[in-house]
Amino acid sequence: MISRRTMWVLLLIVAALMVGPLVFVKGDFTGSDDQGSAAVAASRPGFKPWAHPVWTPPSPEIESLLFASQAAFGAGIIGYVIGRAHGRSKDTRSQEQRKS
Amino acid sequence: MHIMEGYLPPMHCIAWGAVSAPFVVQGAVRLRNVMREQPQARLTVAASGAFTFVLSALKMPSVTGSCSHPTGTGLGAVLFGPGVMAILGTIVLLFQALLLAHGGLTTLGANVFSMAIVGPWVSYVIWKIFRGMNWSPAFGVFLGAMLGDWATYITTSVQLALAYPDAASGYTGAFLKFAGVFAITQVPLAIAEGLLTVVVMNALVARTGMFEELGLGQRQLS
Repeated sequence: MISRRTMWVLLLIVAALMVGPLVFVKGDFTGSDDQGSAAVAASRPGFKPWAHPVWTPPSPEIESLLFASQAAFGAGIIGYVIGRAHGRSKDTRSQEQRKS
Repeated sequence: MHIMEGYLPPMHCIAWGAVSAPFVVQGAVRLRNVMREQPQARLTVAASGAFTFVLSALKMPSVTGSCSHPTGTGLGAVLFGPGVMAILGTIVLLFQALLLAHGGLTTLGANVFSMAIVGPWVSYVIWKIFRGMNWSPAFGVFLGAMLGDWATYITTSVQLALAYPDAASGYTGAFLKFAGVFAITQVPLAIAEGLLTVVVMNALVARTGMFEELGLGQRQLS
């Protein structure tokens, strides 16, 4: 679908898209999800959410631990699937070579 | 795009839940069929779910000076259709609502609708158009994933506007206000998600023989 070179170019653009705002934009970089909640609260004086999370991570450290675990778990699976497919296609190729 | 726990009025929670439920049920059936009929695709299904897991955990900085996260639903929507992502996206949202206090159980229906239904459908339709017109598959994947991501955040803005219309400017004004929070922040993230989806899709399908199943043919492999 794309060449190896294109792949690296695309990944570089992704990195630039992430680094660019950090370098060139001044901001507090809070989450848009929380800003959305704040906008709701601001538009309705006295607003109180009528339900609360069943469990809240006790500290930002624990929260980042859970988010990092979520990403690591997902990345592990993707790496395994790609690696396995890669290994298998190599096997098939070497078998075909042996046959011919 | 996560609407936080308790931030939608009860009637809205019920309504979005009722709208989303059939999609999720249909998706669960579709997922079971895919697992049964294409056992060789199981790992790729797992990778599609994992991709959503990774991307929705990554908070990224944006041009507005705030952070947001991509959704990662475009990959699975292109590979297996939007139904499969309805159920996989729901699992991700449930995980975040229960363990991360991110999103919520009352707002699950609304969040499922934006991230696991609208996003994947937009990605899927754009991908299908590209295939029908025989345009570049890589660009189709990019555009599908990017616009699916963006559509998810537009949907969230609509949902919040419907629940909290502005006293002076009504639904439109409220939509513009929430879109100001979500949609602009999301532009660079949606582009990044589109690019990442192309890279991962390339690594996944170029080696698993899924190109033939997707009707792409060997010719476009390189």
